Amino acid sequence: MITKKYIHWGICLLLLFFSLAAAIIFALCHGPVKFSPAQISGVIFGGAGGIARDVILNVRLPRIILALAVGGALSLTGVILQGLFRNPLVEPYTLGISGAAALGAGLSIILGLAKTAALILPLFSFLGAAAAFAILYFLNSRRGILKMEELLLTGVMMSFISASLIMLIMSVCRREDLRSIIFWTMGSLSETNWVLIKTALCTAVAGLAIAYLFALDLNAFTLGEEEARHLGVDVDRVKRTLFILASLLTGVSVSAGGIIGFVGLAVPHFVRIFFGNDYRVLLAGSFLAGAAFLIFCDTLARTIVLPMELPAGVITGIIGGSFFIYALTRRKVALGEK
Amino acid sequence: MLEIKNLTCGYDEKIVLQGIDLKANAGEFIGVIGPNGSGKTTLIRAISRLVRPRAGSIFLAGKNIWQMSFNELAKTIAVVSQSLETGSLSVEELVILGRLPYFRRFQFLETRQDVEAAERCMALTGIIRLKDKPIYTISFGERQLAFISRALAQEPKLLLLDEPTSHLDIAHQVQVLDLLSKLNKELSLTIIMVLHDLNLAAEYCRRLVLIHEGRIHKTGTPSEVLTYQTIEDVYKTVVLVEKNPVSSKPCVLLVSEEERNRKRR
Repeated sequence: MITKKYIHWGICLLLLFFSLAAAIIFALCHGPVKFSPAQISGVIFGGAGGIARDVILNVRLPRIILALAVGGALSLTGVILQGLFRNPLVEPYTLGISGAAALGAGLSIILGLAKTAALILPLFSFLGAAAAFAILYFLNSRRGILKMEELLLTGVMMSFISASLIMLIMSVCRREDLRSIIFWTMGSLSETNWVLIKTALCTAVAGLAIAYLFALDLNAFTLGEEEARHLGVDVDRVKRTLFILASLLTGVSVSAGGIIGFVGLAVPHFVRIFFGNDYRVLLAGSFLAGAAFLIFCDTLARTIVLPMELPAGVITGIIGGSFFIYALTRRKVALGEK
Repeated sequence: MLEIKNLTCGYDEKIVLQGIDLKANAGEFIGVIGPNGSGKTTLIRAISRLVRPRAGSIFLAGKNIWQMSFNELAKTIAVVSQSLETGSLSVEELVILGRLPYFRRFQFLETRQDVEAAERCMALTGIIRLKDKPIYTISFGERQLAFISRALAQEPKLLLLDEPTSHLDIAHQVQVLDLLSKLNKELSLTIIMVLHDLNLAAEYCRRLVLIHEGRIHKTGTPSEVLTYQTIEDVYKTVVLVEKNPVSSKPCVLLVSEEERNRKRR
C-alpha cells in the first residue's frame, strides 16, 4: 500500500518534470522569430552559431530561467502559506505580501539605493514582504487563528495600501524611475540582469530544499497547530522559519519579476487534486508545476499580440483570478469542511 | 507517573486553575468531571504543555514537562482533543502522523515499522477496514476511533482525552469507553479523561477528580465523589443518586422541575 503511494508520487513528479521540459522547449521555440526544436538542439548541443544562438542563449534562455525561478518560488510560497494558515485561498498575492514587496522595491528605487548594488533591490523587497508578514503574524497570534475571511480581507487591504503607496511614490518620483516602478506593479519577466536572475534561481532552489526540512511538520499542521504540538512539532519555530522563508522567496521573486498574482493559488490547487495533501510530494510538485505554468504563461504573454509584449502578470491574473472565484464557490469541498 | 504540584494557570488576565495538586500512578484510569467552565479542559491543556503554568509545576516520571523536548513529550503523552479538524487526510495518513515523534532528523518517509505500528493501532480500535477513506467521509464515532488510533501510534505512557464521547450516540459511547478500558487493562496505559457524563465517568473510571471553579473539589472513587450532596453543591442541581443494579456503581438521575414540584405537593 505504502510502496504503491511512493510509485504514484514518482509517476506524478516525473510527469511534471516532463511538462516542465516541454514548457521550456515550447518557450525556446516561440517568439517573434520561430525556431524548430531541431535548431534549438543544434544551438545547445551542436554549437551552431549566428543570430539563432544569440536569440536562444541570450534572450530566451535567461527569461525562461527567470520564469522557472519565479514561478517555482511563488507556487512553493503559496503551498507553504496554505499549510501554515490551513486555508487553500492564501498565497503571496492574496495576502498582500507581493504588494508589500513591490512597495519595498519601489522605495529602494526612489531613494536611489537600487543603483548602488544589484542586491539592494531584492533586499528591500524582502524587507517589504517581511513587514507584511509581521503584521499578519501579529494579528494571527494575538487573536488566535484569524478566520479565513478576515485573513483574506486583511491581505486585500494590505494590497490596497501598498498599491496606494506605490502610486504615491510614482507621483513624486523622477521620470526616469517611473518606468521601472510601473514594471513592478504589472509583473513582467523582461529582467535582464544576470545577477538578479541567478539570485532568483538560487533562492528558489534553496527555498525548496529548506521547505523540505519542514514537510512533515506541515503535514502535522493539517490537523491544527495544537494537534501539531501534541505530535512533537515545535510549532513556533516552524512558523517563524517558514514565514521568513516565504518572505525571502516572495521578496526575491517580486524584485525580479514584479507582482505576478495567483501562481501560488491556482497551481498548488491542481497539484493537490492529483497528489493528495501530503507535503512531502506537494512541495516539489508545486515547484515544478509553478515553474512550467509561468514559463507557459510568459511565452503566451510575449507572443499573443506580436510584436507587442504583454506583462506575464496579465495572463496569470486572468487565469488565476477567474480560478480564485471558482475555488471560492467550491471552498467547502476544498477545505474538506463538508 | 504524573505529578502536578500546586499548579496555577490561565489565559491572559484570567486565572482558570488554582492550586491544583494531583498525582496519577502508572496504570490509573482517572475521570475529570466538573461543570462547564470549571477548568477541566485547561487541566488537560496544561498537562500537554499548551498552557504555561503561572505557578507550580508538572512532572512526568520525575521530569518537569517544560524541560522535556517536544518529541520526548510526544512520545510520552498522547492527546485526543475535542477539535477533530482533519483537512482531507485518509485514516491511515492520520494514524501515521502519530509516528512523527519517532522520525529521525532528515527522515522523510515512514519505515515499515511505522506502517506496521499504525496498522496495529487501527486493528486495535477496529477501524482498519476504513484506512483508505478520507476522514471527513466517516462518521463521528469512527472519527473518534481514528484519533484514538493516532494517539496510540505515538506509543504513549499517558493518554489524555477531552470528552471523547461528546457527539456520539450511546452505542459509540460504550464502544469508545470499552476500548479505553481495554487499553488501560491490557497495555496498562495510564488514562486521564475529561467527561461530562457523570454516569459514564462512574461506570468506567476507577478514580474521579471533581473540579469546581478552578480548584479540585473532591477526589476519590466514584462512590466517594458522586454523592447527591456533592453534586448539588457543585452543579446547583437537584439529583438522585442510585446504584447501577449490574455494576453497583453510582448512577445519577435527573428530575424535571415539574416532577420536583409535584413531589413537593
